[in-house]
Amino acid sequence: MPKALLGKKLGMTQVFNPDGKIVPVTVVSAGPCVVTQVKTDANDGYEAVQIGIGSVKPININKPMAGHFRKANVRVCRYLREIAVGNIADYQSGQEIKVDIFSVGDFIDVSGVSKGKGFAGSIKRWNKSRGPMGHGSKSHRRPASAGAKGPARVFKGKHSPGRMGGENVTIQNLEIIKIDVERNLMLVKGAVPGPKEGLLLIQSAVKSI
Amino acid sequence: MTNLIDVIEQEQIKSNIPKFYPGDTVQVHVKVVEGTRERIQVFEGVVIRRKGGGIRETFTVRRIAYGVGVERTFPLHSPKIEKIVVVRHGKVRRAKLYYLRKLTGKAARIKEVRRS
Repeated sequence: MPKALLGKKLGMTQVFNPDGKIVPVTVVSAGPCVVTQVKTDANDGYEAVQIGIGSVKPININKPMAGHFRKANVRVCRYLREIAVGNIADYQSGQEIKVDIFSVGDFIDVSGVSKGKGFAGSIKRWNKSRGPMGHGSKSHRRPASAGAKGPARVFKGKHSPGRMGGENVTIQNLEIIKIDVERNLMLVKGAVPGPKEGLLLIQSAVKSI
Repeated sequence: MTNLIDVIEQEQIKSNIPKFYPGDTVQVHVKVVEGTRERIQVFEGVVIRRKGGGIRETFTVRRIAYGVGVERTFPLHSPKIEKIVVVRHGKVRRAKLYYLRKLTGKAARIKEVRRS
């Protein structure tokens, strides 16, 4: 059954596993989330569960959103995300979802908005290689050829410099190393997208290894 | 709010590590797993560097085994290290003793210093 949770990236560190090996981990403050709405086939045309996390000052919440939270009788959340779950009958609005829905050793997919890199060249953005630094060459970090002469145009999707980062990225099949229900923490092996304090969507892995 | 990453690191830091410095001769008791059996292996040599801080701190021990220089780097707080025994304190004027790699025999000795 697919499970999902919202969380916040806290940063990276390392832990020793039972074999004494060092494992690089990202510390994620995951949950507790509340179910703010259950979307049903009859009412909305599709099935999904809306979950929320975080808090907002009452003055910063507009009336339509305040009404939405009041209808579900839940606390006001800063972030709302919709997740596709196997069976919506398991969820009622107002229900709390904690980090204990996952267990150590599970594999998860983590999505977030990657760090913005600004206007980046083709070496950083597309992993191209640079030109010679000497022998009269001036093509040090240039994007090189834009294509053949024959078509008399540049093909769409040509790898060029441009805005990089700040987009949705999902890292698949990350292993859960440790779970701390008391502090709502999850230690995930490896890196996850985005800056510290960035919002993360944690879902059970779609592709099993 | 306390920094949770510091808390997680602090939980793994060992408190029973003796004071030792570059130049000291130490015995590192390492747990080795052979098949299903676990035993302790002792690696004795001169500490030539300590590097990093907190949970990431490592130290490197150099010894001459059968005429060949062997260096092993251990994470200081690794659970694989059973214990560290300081055999003698050495008098050195550097924090990183890489110059020992070029020296052999009598020249590679380090003067002992009595430290209370």
